[in-house]
Amino acid sequence: MIPALDRKLLRDLWRMKGQALAIAAVIAAGVAMYVSQLGMLDSLRLTQHEYYSQYRFAHVFAGCKRAPESVMEDIRGIDGVQTAESRVVWGVTLDVPGLDEPAVGQLISYPDHGEPLLNDLFIRTGDLPQGPDQIAASEAFCKAHKFKPGDSVVALINGRKRRLTITAIVLSPEYVYSLPAGGFIPDDKRYGVFWMRRHELAGASDMQGAFNDVTLTLKPGASEPEVMRRLDDVLAPYGGRGAMPQRLQLSNWFLNNEITQLEQFGNVLPVIFLAVAAFLLNVVMSRLIATQREQVAALKAFGYRDRDVAIHYAKFVLLVSIIGGIIGAAAGAWMGRGLTQIYTEFYHFPVLVFRLDPLLPVRALAITAGASLLGAMASVRKAAALPPAEAMRPEAPPTYRRTLVERIGLEHVLRQPTRMILRELERRPVKAALSVLGISMAGALLVVGFGFIDMVNYVIDSQANVLQREDVSVTFIEPRNRSALHDLRAMPGVQHAEPFRNVPARLRFKHRWRLAGINGVSRNATLNRVVDEDLKPLVLPDEGVALSRALADVLGITGGDMLTLEVLEGERPTRQVRVAALVDDFLGLNAYMDLEALNRLMRQDGVISGAHISVDPAAQRQLYRQLKDTPFVAGVSLKQAAIDNLRKTMAENILITLGMTVFFAGVITFGVVYNAARISLSERSRELASLRVLGMTRGEISYILLGELAILVLAAVPLGCLLGYWMARGTLAALNTETFRLPFVMSDMSYSVAATVVLVAGAISALIVRRRLDRLDLVEVLKTKE
Amino acid sequence: MEEEQIYVLADSARATVFEARGVTKVYRMGEVEVHALRGADVDLYEGEFVVLLGPSGSGKSTLLNILGGLDTPTAGTVRYHDNDISSAGDRELTEYRRNHVGFIFQFYNLIPSLTARENVALVTEIARDPMRPEEALALVKLADRMDHFPSQLSGGEQQRVAVARAVAKRPNVLLCDEPTGALDFKTGIKVLDALESVNRELGTTTAVITHNAAIAEMADRVVHIADGRIAKVDVNLTRKKPAELSW
Ligand SMILES: Nc1ncnc2c1ncn2[C@@H]1O[C@H](COP(=O)(O)OP(=O)(O)OP(=O)(O)O)[C@@H](O)[C@H]1O
Ligand SMILES: [Mg+2]
Repeated sequence: MIPALDRKLLRDLWRMKGQALAIAAVIAAGVAMYVSQLGMLDSLRLTQHEYYSQYRFAHVFAGCKRAPESVMEDIRGIDGVQTAESRVVWGVTLDVPGLDEPAVGQLISYPDHGEPLLNDLFIRTGDLPQGPDQIAASEAFCKAHKFKPGDSVVALINGRKRRLTITAIVLSPEYVYSLPAGGFIPDDKRYGVFWMRRHELAGASDMQGAFNDVTLTLKPGASEPEVMRRLDDVLAPYGGRGAMPQRLQLSNWFLNNEITQLEQFGNVLPVIFLAVAAFLLNVVMSRLIATQREQVAALKAFGYRDRDVAIHYAKFVLLVSIIGGIIGAAAGAWMGRGLTQIYTEFYHFPVLVFRLDPLLPVRALAITAGASLLGAMASVRKAAALPPAEAMRPEAPPTYRRTLVERIGLEHVLRQPTRMILRELERRPVKAALSVLGISMAGALLVVGFGFIDMVNYVIDSQANVLQREDVSVTFIEPRNRSALHDLRAMPGVQHAEPFRNVPARLRFKHRWRLAGINGVSRNATLNRVVDEDLKPLVLPDEGVALSRALADVLGITGGDMLTLEVLEGERPTRQVRVAALVDDFLGLNAYMDLEALNRLMRQDGVISGAHISVDPAAQRQLYRQLKDTPFVAGVSLKQAAIDNLRKTMAENILITLGMTVFFAGVITFGVVYNAARISLSERSRELASLRVLGMTRGEISYILLGELAILVLAAVPLGCLLGYWMARGTLAALNTETFRLPFVMSDMSYSVAATVVLVAGAISALIVRRRLDRLDLVEVLKTKE
Repeated sequence: MEEEQIYVLADSARATVFEARGVTKVYRMGEVEVHALRGADVDLYEGEFVVLLGPSGSGKSTLLNILGGLDTPTAGTVRYHDNDISSAGDRELTEYRRNHVGFIFQFYNLIPSLTARENVALVTEIARDPMRPEEALALVKLADRMDHFPSQLSGGEQQRVAVARAVAKRPNVLLCDEPTGALDFKTGIKVLDALESVNRELGTTTAVITHNAAIAEMADRVVHIADGRIAKVDVNLTRKKPAELSW
């Protein structure tokens, strides 16, 4: 037997099912966001961890120019080194069938016998290469070109062209993200990673008995900085390029930044969602309890205790939030699995590991229930504190008064129904304010979602149209004299060529350091430029370096400090340079210098490492073909391809999350608006029925109720925009990472789209309420007293 | 049987249920003080049927609420048997209401989402020695409407459900604030009939507030209240049956 009080609960819930469902939907949205995001992140981290440990991802990476194999003895002898393995890593230019422009690749040696000690390969299809000119190719590259084992590419290795045949398609923990050195955007079509047997590659690159790359793992408890310092000492005579910990290994660094960004989204957004849900429950509960005042008083008159009454309404809240929580957890688990699948493919993990920590939905439910109870606590308390004597007398008629509009003498302007709307609003300003606040919070979530999407697009557009206005960038194999520019300018279709220099260096400030390239930007650059936050070209100072603000933060350096540059090419000098400016750029950690100033710093003259070029579209293919056959050209990057890839990367990363945000914000908006409408309907159906009895038409009573709703919704729109502005501002910082940063720019578009969604939700709710008003059973309503 | 009843009722040596002395109730509304009761002295005896009469605003509901433990007096004492309920705390009053008092309100105050039977069950579930809800509804002659919701019942039927709900826990006292106030004559008689039979058959001490002097004829005693005080108490030597009343 269900106790009568619980039956009342279930029947009340059933009667309010529309509203209860709307609230449950809001809660479900928050929980689904929470469970799917955190479940996906958990799975990603787990997949990453499993992958790294199963395939023996190294702890420390170091490159050098050329070291004899015997040096490995010294490296293995470093205290704290567990396993060390030497490799040959060789950059090549590729002639890929079907691609006009040259692509670049990385050839990595694979032991002649057995498996590599570290950084093992996962073989997707095919067999590992055995003979000469056979390679295993990265899956990303093969997918981009639809290559299968048996296909081949032509590579320019050490000045000699060789046709390499793919025998296997593989994945490597080192290239979860395949990024060309210094790049921030994967370009799977123009960048490939390949593995070749050690003696084959050594033969092709003249590296017999030598290596130019070493990776190692640490013994448990070993000091990473200490091992790296010793490794640097060992490799220094052989042109060591500086050891890099796993944390900063390009692919891993990028992957972790991505996951961090997703994590921050996953933590921030669901919290806002749940807060809105809790707020909403509070509004609904306080109104429900207000309508049940006399019932509560009667219960207490019969001897129900305060606690019984409080528990009764708390159960109501819990039931709604648990229904929402369960729906949300189920949807979240389902979406989390889908998201994990998307990311697994995107990051080229060999296997999908989806794990839903059973505690996660439980925690989500607990948070929801807690938040809901917290939200409803005030009203539940109020119900429990209601004096029982209230049951004995009917509720005092509400006190209305003439509204401000009427008091200031505009009364004849207003017709009676309009006056009723205004008086209702003025009589219960708190109720009206809460409704407005609820709707505007939902609207604010939309503004945040659309705002961030807008910011992502802003970054992509600025990158395409303001920062990178070139069509292609050509990088030379070695830095060359400025005169190389003439060769480029003479090529077909070249309209404008702008030199740049990129100097790989270790940037050091006190104990912190990062590897980065110093970008030498030519003065008066018109193609590839550094800009300030208003996208105005920034004139780089005559002396000193300009750093990405994010890089300065990483190094703990500020403007005016002296930065140490340990140059990793040529004579490998160490230089001091003053930080002259900080730049708010969007992608990666960058250092910029005036090209002349950089050359002066390097004590060189007129050295460039490539050029940005604008191209006549008609001669494009011709130019690319010629570049392919130009021996000093190491690689060509196409702006459009970079932008497309950036867009794709964004789409695969934060835009998925933002899309979900916007979708759920839409659900919430509808839930909130519909709720506001339904509560007014249930509170006022008696009054409206009386008006119908007095002879008012359906249209007239609809006007009274819906007019009120319209005013609330309209008032909520600007407030929502304002709240959204502040919410976006407050959460933006948490979303920025070392790899990708959004500037705070809110477009009118975000506001107007968000406003439109709110208005549409208002209109749909109005239509539903209007249909209910049309079916208002006058006798029924007037007979029962609620 | 009826003779005997009257004889017993007239016996002033019978136990006192309520003993109210100098009961004062002041409502403070901002600056204004409203004196709802100004020192009312009254006793209610075991098993009697009392009608409280008086003009509107004289303090009838206030007195009844205090007797029923819904409210506490500003000054004065109210004893229920040997307990002082005027100084009892909220918790004790709740227990007191739960175990001893049955209420009937002018506006029925049924829970609209519960059927007649469930409205009664709401009270029997927390009582010590209740009747079955069906029994209580049979007592008010609503056995055939048990599964109807309040909105499917007439006003009189709703008030009879309220009577059933109040008596189902076998309370020691039954307090009714204008139980027929919203009803027509014939329906009112039915409700009074139900009250009278409970009082007679279960011996429940019953106090009924009314504006209708005619109803006073079915009481053992009539307490007249005016201006927050007990103006006079009439004792009826014979009680009329509700069916014999006319107004
Ligand atoms: N909660 C309250 N706050 C302020 N004044 C109150 C309150 N309850 C009652 N009063 C005042 O106390 C006085 C007595 O009220 P009470 O309800 O006891 O009268 P009553 O005799 O039951 O009248 P009626 O026959 O109209 O029901 C009235 O003047 C009333 O306005
Ligand atoms: Mg009264």
